[in-house]
Amino acid sequence: MLKEKDDPELVLIFFLILKKKFKNKIMFEGLVKIFRLIFPAKFLIILGIFTFTIFHAQNVQAEKETTSVADKKFDLGKFVMEDVSDAFEWNIATFGKTNISIPLPVILHSETTGWNFFWSSKFKQGTAEYKNFKIAKDGENDGKIVELNNDGEVSDIPLNLSITKTVAGIIVNVLLLFWIFLTVAKSAKRNKGKAPTGIQNLMEPVILFVRDEVAKPTIGEKRYEKFLPFLLTIFFFILISNLTGLIPVFPLGANVTGNIAVTMVLALFTFVITTFSGNKHYWKDIYNPDVPLWLKFPIPLMPIVELTGVFTKPFVLMIRLFANMIAGHMIIAVFVSLIFFFATMAGNIAGYGVSVISVFFSVFMTLLDILVSFIQAYVFTLLSALYFGMATEEHHS
Amino acid sequence: MSSLLFIILAEVGTGITGLAQLGAGIGAGLAAIGAGIGIGRIGGEAMGAIARQPEAGNDIRSNMIVAAALVEGVAFFAVIICALILFI
Repeated sequence: MLKEKDDPELVLIFFLILKKKFKNKIMFEGLVKIFRLIFPAKFLIILGIFTFTIFHAQNVQAEKETTSVADKKFDLGKFVMEDVSDAFEWNIATFGKTNISIPLPVILHSETTGWNFFWSSKFKQGTAEYKNFKIAKDGENDGKIVELNNDGEVSDIPLNLSITKTVAGIIVNVLLLFWIFLTVAKSAKRNKGKAPTGIQNLMEPVILFVRDEVAKPTIGEKRYEKFLPFLLTIFFFILISNLTGLIPVFPLGANVTGNIAVTMVLALFTFVITTFSGNKHYWKDIYNPDVPLWLKFPIPLMPIVELTGVFTKPFVLMIRLFANMIAGHMIIAVFVSLIFFFATMAGNIAGYGVSVISVFFSVFMTLLDILVSFIQAYVFTLLSALYFGMATEEHHS
Repeated sequence: MSSLLFIILAEVGTGITGLAQLGAGIGAGLAAIGAGIGIGRIGGEAMGAIARQPEAGNDIRSNMIVAAALVEGVAFFAVIICALILFI
């Protein structure tokens, strides 16, 4: 496109021609599209929540450093671990000494004081104590909220149902999924019999891919429909969570699938569905497989092996997704923080010099992580479909 | 040889922190070697198969990616164990 600096007269002539030809049509249609996009209620709600959280963001002063050496040292390990772990507030940026973060609700239930609800800004980045609760710094309860008795000693760990950063990330991802797929469903109903357009055109091949390449071949033509909603949900939830974990802008960017609790729950869903939809032949193959008698009878060797297989398969599903995602995030965080590490070690010039290589490698690793996100979502769904297929398979002798 | 044994025994006697970190590092390295060999073989055989039958290229590519993800899963399992040693 022509830059204004280059040749003002040419730009002026260009815009005059443009204005004459397309004056009424495109601008009007563009304005109509923008209005139609803004006025739907759900967009207004999302915009409202967004502005509320931004205005509620706390501008907190960090603690005063005691020595100047400690001021300059950059703790790379701590930075990387904080980048990928869960937290009680959503940290957006740190400029020198000030720290901008969005507080999240803390929901606790303790034996002595019952239910407590407060914003996590009361903890003042983990330094202050509020209503006898504080975030433990070291020892066995590091990072958890503990309750203090009157003397100031740790007495109990309350039941912690807070909305932490990961939970808020899950909520954001689920809202994004609802928005995308309700739109797709609505336009699928509207375009019945016609070619798909817009976002339906983007999602439909993927949905058909999951149905035709993953569900039908593994589960079989007759029984795949029962499991298809779960497989589609798992595929898109993992895909969207992996992809939004890579975008560092505010509402996205929480490390959802890099949290072993989240992947454990997903693997648990697969395990429960496999167990409850297993037919007689599935259980027979575990407890009484078709092997020679000496492998089954005095010491049930094969049944033990098969039973450990029943438990290790979801366990490996969990570990695979968790490790792939957290490794990708940690590598990107390490490359970015190398800049600051070199700057504190060898002066600012070294920081600038390293930043060229560091940015190049960070971009490369992010692109690789996008590929890995797709592959991991596909592999999780494919293996879940395989386990469902094996559980509901008819016996053929 | 015996002096090496004495060094290791002294280390184990006082505290296993140094030796544990060494073990974790070696374990992660071995896991990387295993993953490298496994995925390298998968890729090599896949390329040979595509060369023999180019029209089956897409099927072979999808199966290769699935097998590579499974092998990488096992390697990540070892990496997680080593990370647990180092940080917990």
